[in-house]
Amino acid sequence: MKNNLLTIENLCVSYGGIKAVKGISLTVPEGDIVTLIGANGAGKSTILRTISGLVKPESGKITYNGEDVTGVQTTTLVEKGITLVPEGRRVFPNLTVLENLKIGAYLRKDNLEEDILRIYKLFPRLEERSWQLAGTLSGGEQQMLAVGRALMSRPKLIMMDEPSLGLAPIIVNEIMSIIKTINKEGVTILLVEQNANLALRIAHHGYVCETGNITMEGTGAELLNDETVKAAYLGKAKKK
Amino acid sequence: MKNSKKVTYSIILAAIILAFLFFLEANKANYGMAYTVLTKGAILAVVAVSMNLVTGFTGLFSLGQAGFMAIGAYITAIFLIPTDTIQDVYYISGVSPAIINFKGFLDSTPGWIQALAPYIALIVGGLAAALLAALIGIPVLRLKSDYLAIATLGFSEIVRAIISSPQLDTITNGSYGLKKIQGFSSIIQTFVIAGVCITLMVLLIRSTYGRAFKAIREDETAAEAMGINLFKHKELSFVIGSFFSGVSGGMLAMFMRSIDTKTFSVSLTYDILLIVVIGGIGSVTGSVISALLVTVSKEWWLRFFDNPLYIGNFQVPFFRTGFRMVVFSIILLVVVLFYQRGIMGKNEFSWDKIGNNFTRFKGFIAKKASKGGSDHAK
Repeated sequence: MKNNLLTIENLCVSYGGIKAVKGISLTVPEGDIVTLIGANGAGKSTILRTISGLVKPESGKITYNGEDVTGVQTTTLVEKGITLVPEGRRVFPNLTVLENLKIGAYLRKDNLEEDILRIYKLFPRLEERSWQLAGTLSGGEQQMLAVGRALMSRPKLIMMDEPSLGLAPIIVNEIMSIIKTINKEGVTILLVEQNANLALRIAHHGYVCETGNITMEGTGAELLNDETVKAAYLGKAKKK
Repeated sequence: MKNSKKVTYSIILAAIILAFLFFLEANKANYGMAYTVLTKGAILAVVAVSMNLVTGFTGLFSLGQAGFMAIGAYITAIFLIPTDTIQDVYYISGVSPAIINFKGFLDSTPGWIQALAPYIALIVGGLAAALLAALIGIPVLRLKSDYLAIATLGFSEIVRAIISSPQLDTITNGSYGLKKIQGFSSIIQTFVIAGVCITLMVLLIRSTYGRAFKAIREDETAAEAMGINLFKHKELSFVIGSFFSGVSGGMLAMFMRSIDTKTFSVSLTYDILLIVVIGGIGSVTGSVISALLVTVSKEWWLRFFDNPLYIGNFQVPFFRTGFRMVVFSIILLVVVLFYQRGIMGKNEFSWDKIGNNFTRFKGFIAKKASKGGSDHAK
């Protein structure tokens, strides 16, 4: 049995009077890729934002590495090794690629050379463009930069919010294979996706999220073959 | 371009500037206008860079500069009014005993401290401004963009109102202002102080803190997700920016020799904002160049518009007192229309760029074709 790196119990989050997340529980085992799929407005992004401390939960408990981190400040969480790759990439457009990467390691005081080389090895295209302003990169390159920037803090857990958003299928495949590579290097990944097909294919474990609740869970393969999931998210009609 | 070459060029440039300043200092009488205008330009450069640090690099649209400058200016002034003339300055409402005691204490300190008094005064003025910035930053920095601008603008006016209030007559001399402030010993002193201030801010901008400031400017959420504590960094930038605003306020007091609250009205902040925008929001060298350029053209180069001009017997219309400002405004409009990102945009001065431009220029001369100039658009 693998050690659970992140555990969420009965998490509820509201924006004003609107309940966005209604009592969700999920676990992320260490070293796995766990994916959370669901349509728009299902509460997936809210869950990630709550874990990373950008939104305060109404109730519920978040445990990381055996430690209660509910409502803890983002700065502390990044120090502890949880990093968020925000939705829509959100690179710093007027800073160079290299500066973007260095900001990712903002809380670290040690030497960054090695990590930068590691990121460049992972994303050779970033090395070619290290002096270019991030805003002038293509969407795919920006996503790579966002992932690279998150890796700079040497996280144990990376949470990615829709890395495939607005990218061409070929680039999405590339990003997914990079996610797998990062995972093989020992980083646990919590992946939020609308592109259920791809996400479930690389995930060890998946959760299906619907209007603030988790309606289904299982291994990636199980969910891929599930009729309801197929009908709702994979665009394949139910066999009659 | 090699680094050693760049260093050589920089040293040569610094030497030229210094030689020029020594020349000005020696021929003060003949070049009075240049002397005054450059001194004022250097002072405005400090406050422009400090505003750029807050607005251009951290993305906090703060309009409180005049208030912080006023605090720095009044503290510096009280430090630097000679003890024997202090009664003349406060001839209407009398001097507060606290100031008399303080001046007595200053006079009793050893000679070397008294020699350093201008520097101590500037630093204390800056620290007072920074302290106040730290206090008001706690509530105000939670606001964003234009709301922050309005709040800081209001703060700046409150400072001015408090300074000119009759209750403080014995300390600030109310609306009469302070006079007979000890001035700079030479233009070189002004430039050295300004240079040190700007260098310190450049070092801050180049440090990891500076990088965090820029990240906040670019995208607050992403910066927060990277583990940057938003409030801490905004407060830091605001406090340090205000410190240097306070210092430059003190320098302004030393330059003008007499100050009153009208000096530090909102229009001073707008003048500085203008300098920052023209120089390029997010460029230190842009702010410095534009501070000198704006001051020089406003106070000196455009002066001839204020005097009647005759061509033969024909008097050119409009050339009369105040026309200078009309022309200046038109130039501003043109600059803002055609250089939307300011003189320097977000770029900094670098020898590499000069080298590249020079090569391009040579190519331009050779070809006599191509558009020339660089495109500032994104």
